[in-house]
Amino acid sequence: MKGVLEPRFRQRIGYQAGLLGGFAAMAAALLMMGNLGTSDSIAQRQQEDLVASLTQVIPTALYDESLLSNNLVITSSEGSATTVYRAVRNGQVTAVAYEVSGAGYAGEIRLLLGVDAGGKTLGVRVISHAETPGLGDKIELAKDDWILDFNGRSLDNPDDAGWHVRKDGGIFDQFSGATITPRAVVAAVHEGLRYFRVHSGEMLARIPDPATNAVTGG
Amino acid sequence: MAGVYRRIITDGLWSNNVVFAQLLALCPLLAVTGTATNGLGMGLATTFVMMLSGFAVSIFRSIVTAEVRIPVFVLIIATIVTLVDMSMNAWVHDLHKVLGLFIPLIVTNCAILGRAEAFASKKPIALAVLDGLMMGLGFTLALVILGAVREILASATLFSNASLLLGRHFAFLEQQLIADYRGFLLVALPPGGFLALGFLLAAKRVLDTRLARRAERRTAPDAPTMAGAG
Repeated sequence: MKGVLEPRFRQRIGYQAGLLGGFAAMAAALLMMGNLGTSDSIAQRQQEDLVASLTQVIPTALYDESLLSNNLVITSSEGSATTVYRAVRNGQVTAVAYEVSGAGYAGEIRLLLGVDAGGKTLGVRVISHAETPGLGDKIELAKDDWILDFNGRSLDNPDDAGWHVRKDGGIFDQFSGATITPRAVVAAVHEGLRYFRVHSGEMLARIPDPATNAVTGG
Repeated sequence: MAGVYRRIITDGLWSNNVVFAQLLALCPLLAVTGTATNGLGMGLATTFVMMLSGFAVSIFRSIVTAEVRIPVFVLIIATIVTLVDMSMNAWVHDLHKVLGLFIPLIVTNCAILGRAEAFASKKPIALAVLDGLMMGLGFTLALVILGAVREILASATLFSNASLLLGRHFAFLEQQLIADYRGFLLVALPPGGFLALGFLLAAKRVLDTRLARRAERRTAPDAPTMAGAG
């Protein structure tokens, strides 16, 4: 029915192109306005998320400055950058937290690791994972308190042989039906502590003047 | 005229339901229905997008030509979804953390493009918006039913985390049906979604046949109302 009644000009290629272009321009304008209106609150929400997870791995007694105000970015020789969040009390770095990751059963497991100045684990929390619900997701604190086993551990406690799940001769429990997930988490935390040993000089360097040293980027 | 509205409502909610009759939108359906709450959140977000897209497509129906209609519709839907995604991230952040992964997937929900093409592009604004609302609610209904079935079987809870989605006043919805339930993992995994959906589809068939037979017995057979759009 449309073809007969449609005015001529609408069949011209220019009309069609202009129509499509007009809609694209309108969509771009709307999205730009949406982005302007929401980007500030989105950034703020993400900061709140970050602070919420950082406070889980660093006790509040260890810092008197915002955990986000003394970031340090360490770039490895391969070029990958790790952001280290430093807890500072009286100008002294008392603890650090950074992200470590392991290869789980269903993709990457991202963890946040908190370490005190002496190299002892303060806490580990899962940031994201895609492990099997009901089996591998016991690494979440909401599901199981297994992840608390790492509290107080360091590279000497246990020794290298102990940093495995029981099945591999170590001291950490695996879950019935899921060994790959805890194995990956144990290895990632162990690796993270070794990372601390290598970089502790940089991480714990006294912060001269918080005002000039503040790095806000992530 | 009232008949038109009633027809749209029954089509959307039941007889031409996006999931149970058209078998569309199965990807988001199976992905989020681990719990009834997730299903509800995804359903409401989709309903909102369907109403807005029905509105926009219907407004522009007289200037959009048949040749470029599909890219224009996709552009409209994608813009709306992105705006919804950004606003949810900014203002209902906790819900966005739960559903965030699935919101962009609404773009690929073929039911929305399907309704734009089959309905909104030919009908006045009020009807298009009503159709979007009813199709969306029908989709929400399917998501909540499937989510509830899977959640009960998998962990014997119902509407867990509902207070996160709807606010603290709705915490009463969260139910633990059986204490110390051992869990039924299969239902929580993707295959369980397919199985549960299969049983629900079969159940709807049985119910529809029963209803039709009862109606037949009572009166002379009416014209069938199923539209069966794909």
